[in-house]
Amino acid sequence: MNKMSTASQHKPVDTRPEKIIKLEKKMRRKEGGKKLNRSMAGNTLLFIIMGISGLFMVLPLVMIVNNALKPLDEIYQFPPRIFVRNPTLTNFSDLFVLMNESWVPFSRYIFNTIIISLGGMLGHVIVASMAAYPLAKHKFPGKALLFSMVVLSMMFSWTVTQIPQYLIISWLGINNTYAALVLPAWAFGMGLYLMKQFMEQLPDSLMESARLQGANEWQIFWQIVMPNVRPAWLTLAIFQFQQMWGNTGGMFLRNEELKPLQYALQQITSGGVSRAGAGAAVTFIIAAIPIIFFLICQSSILETMTTSGMKD
Amino acid sequence: MSRIEANHLPRVQKYSLRHELWKNRASYLLMAPYFILFFLFTVIPVLMSIYLSFTYFNMLEAPVFVGWSNYIKLLLEDDIFIISLRNTLIFAVVTGPVSYMLCLLFAWIINEFRPRLRAVLTLVFYAPSICGNAYMVWNLILTGDRYGYLNGLLLRMDLINEPILWMQTEKFVLPVLIVVQLWLSLGTGFLSFIAGLQTVDKGMYEAAAIDGVKNRWQELWYVTLPAMKPQLLFGAVMQITQSFAVADISINLAGNPSVNYAGATVVTHLLDYGSTRLDMGYASAIATILFLLMVGTNKLVQKVLRRVGE
Repeated sequence: MNKMSTASQHKPVDTRPEKIIKLEKKMRRKEGGKKLNRSMAGNTLLFIIMGISGLFMVLPLVMIVNNALKPLDEIYQFPPRIFVRNPTLTNFSDLFVLMNESWVPFSRYIFNTIIISLGGMLGHVIVASMAAYPLAKHKFPGKALLFSMVVLSMMFSWTVTQIPQYLIISWLGINNTYAALVLPAWAFGMGLYLMKQFMEQLPDSLMESARLQGANEWQIFWQIVMPNVRPAWLTLAIFQFQQMWGNTGGMFLRNEELKPLQYALQQITSGGVSRAGAGAAVTFIIAAIPIIFFLICQSSILETMTTSGMKD
Repeated sequence: MSRIEANHLPRVQKYSLRHELWKNRASYLLMAPYFILFFLFTVIPVLMSIYLSFTYFNMLEAPVFVGWSNYIKLLLEDDIFIISLRNTLIFAVVTGPVSYMLCLLFAWIINEFRPRLRAVLTLVFYAPSICGNAYMVWNLILTGDRYGYLNGLLLRMDLINEPILWMQTEKFVLPVLIVVQLWLSLGTGFLSFIAGLQTVDKGMYEAAAIDGVKNRWQELWYVTLPAMKPQLLFGAVMQITQSFAVADISINLAGNPSVNYAGATVVTHLLDYGSTRLDMGYASAIATILFLLMVGTNKLVQKVLRRVGE
């Protein structure tokens, strides 16, 4: 009885150094979202930097949107104005008219783009994930060499290998087919790299227990690994889409009826004054679609990118 | 345990590789589709490119071995190559480190904001790098007559008396292309930084505060950067490769060939010989030099960055 009352009267003596006690108080005060070590002046400075550079980044995008909504007389106006005054959708309807006039039906370009993008995305996600699983979770001779080759391939751009790639594609007899764009895209280095890094963080016990129940590696891959790396394959798909979306077919697709949408759109934007309105609508569409896809998948992509680091 | 090892030791040494390959056949089978394509479209092309660079090859006849002559011609006789190499190096030296710093700076600042604002800012800064050929909008900004946005603005502010032909004036071409390239350059590396910053353990900041870290700048230097070193390495690869590969924006904004080759880069020179003049041996020599330049710079920077904080 007596003991208890004395204990409640005396506060426990804090033997920690003064500095820590102060800091703890400060931290407690700042609870509720605020962070440590942040000054008002610093916040203001960062806000200004962000404001100016944000403006620089966003202004061209704002122009794209506004131009798409401008009537022709506002596109050629002096002095030029960024913001539209009488927004209209005529540019889009002009684009539609142009599309119907084109020699190859416009739906064909859209169809080509869908085939090329979907083919490139699906194949890449499957093939790269299949290769990423052993690289992340198995031990075998040659593993380090194969992976370092993939990392090396991210250190140069595709232009370096363009000429021999063209020769190989001709040699395979797939020149001027969808496969000429789709097959090389399956083996892009970055997808495999990101997938492998992401799979590495899966706990080994997950696969071990399946193995004990008699599952083979193929089953483990499809039933255990793949369902657990959803953010990563979404990311691979989106990155691959961004690649495929910008592709005009270049020298690999010569037939007009195989060319993707991007090619047809570029033909319209290079049409000069008479097509300036439709061109603005085209630029808007080209920019908007990848941005929308990114917007939908942003959190999955960021989750994947947390494991993107190069350990060694 | 030790008895089993002792029993197996001689046999393992003798047959180990074949045995290991067979034991891991499931792994190799899973990797086969990817690596067949990877060899076909990446590894073999690199080797072929190196081989072709020592030949004369016009796509019609079989390649003829010519020794070092493509390289000698490139480095000693081709003035345009020297200009384009100089431009590419300027591009790489300016946009490489600057875009890297910007990726890091913006990612770091964005990370200070609340999650919703963070998502919006991430989108705004990342968007230019993914919107395909939409950088063509810069053509409108840089139009050489008074209808161009930049000229219009400068005229109205009385900073210039007559419109400037931005992309036809030699001294403006490279700086303008650099600005546009920077606008486009917050790509995958930037996302990696944002993601990396979010994973730094909160407890480390508290521990650092106890150890005497007083402000956010110190926090960045002593805690954040060392913690996200893997992302820093990955981002460096992305930015370096990108900064050496500049070509499309030069062709679409400055034209190919540009005024006095002011916007020529190694890649535009490569495309010129590869797809216009069909001198594939010569183009391959350019490609090989570009390959060595990109990989060499990447390896060097990796080495330097790995030392940070050691």
